[in-house]
Amino acid sequence: MSAVVHAGLLTARAYRGTVRIPVFAVMNLVQPMIWLLLFGQLFRSVVEIPGFAAPGDSYLEFIAPGVVMMTAMFGAAWAGTSFVQDMDRGVMDRLLASPASRAAMLVSTMAWYAVIAVVQGLVVLAVAWLGGARFDGGPLGIAVLFAAVVLLTCLFAAMSNAFALLARSQEALIGLSQLIVLPLMFLSSAVMDTRLSAGWVADAARFNPFDWAVVAGREALTGSADWGLVGSRLGLLAAAVLVMTWLATGAFRAYRASA
Amino acid sequence: MSTVRTQAATAAEPGTGPAIEVAGLTKTYRSRGRVVRALDGLDLRVEPGTVLGLLGPNGAGKSTTVKILATLSAPDAGTARVAGHDVVRDPAVVRRAIGYVAQKPVCDPMDTGHENLVLAGRIQGLSRRAARARAAELLERFGLTEAAGRLVRTYSGGMARKLDVAIGLVHRPQVLFLDEPTTGLDPEARADLWAEIETMARGERMTVLLTTHYLDEADRLADQVVIVDQGRVVVSGTPDELKDRLQSDGAARPSLDDVYLHHTGRVFDERGAA
Repeated sequence: MSAVVHAGLLTARAYRGTVRIPVFAVMNLVQPMIWLLLFGQLFRSVVEIPGFAAPGDSYLEFIAPGVVMMTAMFGAAWAGTSFVQDMDRGVMDRLLASPASRAAMLVSTMAWYAVIAVVQGLVVLAVAWLGGARFDGGPLGIAVLFAAVVLLTCLFAAMSNAFALLARSQEALIGLSQLIVLPLMFLSSAVMDTRLSAGWVADAARFNPFDWAVVAGREALTGSADWGLVGSRLGLLAAAVLVMTWLATGAFRAYRASA
Repeated sequence: MSTVRTQAATAAEPGTGPAIEVAGLTKTYRSRGRVVRALDGLDLRVEPGTVLGLLGPNGAGKSTTVKILATLSAPDAGTARVAGHDVVRDPAVVRRAIGYVAQKPVCDPMDTGHENLVLAGRIQGLSRRAARARAAELLERFGLTEAAGRLVRTYSGGMARKLDVAIGLVHRPQVLFLDEPTTGLDPEARADLWAEIETMARGERMTVLLTTHYLDEADRLADQVVIVDQGRVVVSGTPDELKDRLQSDGAARPSLDDVYLHHTGRVFDERGAA
């Protein structure tokens, strides 16, 4: 029970830390729009390639869920930076020497980054809608898309926290995160239908948690969703979140062992 | 009122033994093939209500000792009990009984002083109302009331360090660890904080373990001084006892610096030790 209270208190602290730097808040809102407009314009005519997913849809409709997930994953990959800040000061050690639950410390950053990602996702969908995109999935489809956003954020925030506890430096954490996040972004159907990519890309995408979120979100937004596909991808994501959270908890032990 | 409560909590402890009891503590670090023995059979006993100053050259094992006692690090061998509880077997109980002020600042620069204290209090299990009341009380005592609503990143070094100590005190711990509380402060801020620590130790009758780079700090604050070198205790006693033992007839009264030089074979260099 106290772990839930601690998670709430620490999430509130993360919230204060973000909103007190207005530049970050503005950047968080502007960045997804840039992704959407940049990729939307750059690859606008790929929908005309024969065999591209869902003929008749605009490219904006195709990439909107992809950009929602990109924003979520890129954001969550930075989650560990607040752990490193706390380690650079004595805040991390002070919390670890207190009854603060380690799970609550992890969950609070995961929860806060999930909130940010959902707000950013709403911005992306709104901008896409203004650009003429229409999502037949309706409120249910959008709710399922955001379920995938939350799971994806939790997965990468937990990973970023684990890296932070092991690497203990911003440079190493960011380098490691980018090394993983960028390839995952391109080995997916976020901006390109993988049926038109090299065969191995499509194969790799099937094992890519980022692509699970993209597939689940995009499918949920169509008017005729294959709920079996959506459910399986969400299930895989949820399992990955559990495993990664367990690993990140283990990273606390590694941090202590080298303290 | 706080005094009464602290005493009651101490009295309720099973077997009201020493506040800190360390026996044969050993800790070895391995880094890049090199083996560094940080602690080599360290023994320590601190009675409740005592301020103990832990002195020693850099790498003597002061911080390692504090980290093990604060449940942040695990010893390779030996036992350590804080407030009657084993730090390896019962870390959760120990964490409720201690306050820990690390060498580095423990306050969050992006929260206000008040928010820092309320968060620390609530994590220690205080209700929202109790945490707010305790925060206001501590801010008042440390002269930070006017700065309570300001972000900590706007605080001076001395103000932030006072807030650190206040954070360590928020739940009225039985044992408080202060790891180099005044390092990096200017002389005025240091004298200011010394006065606060003195008042606090007397007022709350808690046990304080203080590591320091400053011999005059130990001389002024500590009831007991322990000098460690290469992971072992070289000598311990009250500052006066240690000076008495070194005193020879007709000679000038030795200072704690002389005691330190005598036992470690080194001059205590304040800057070099950092």
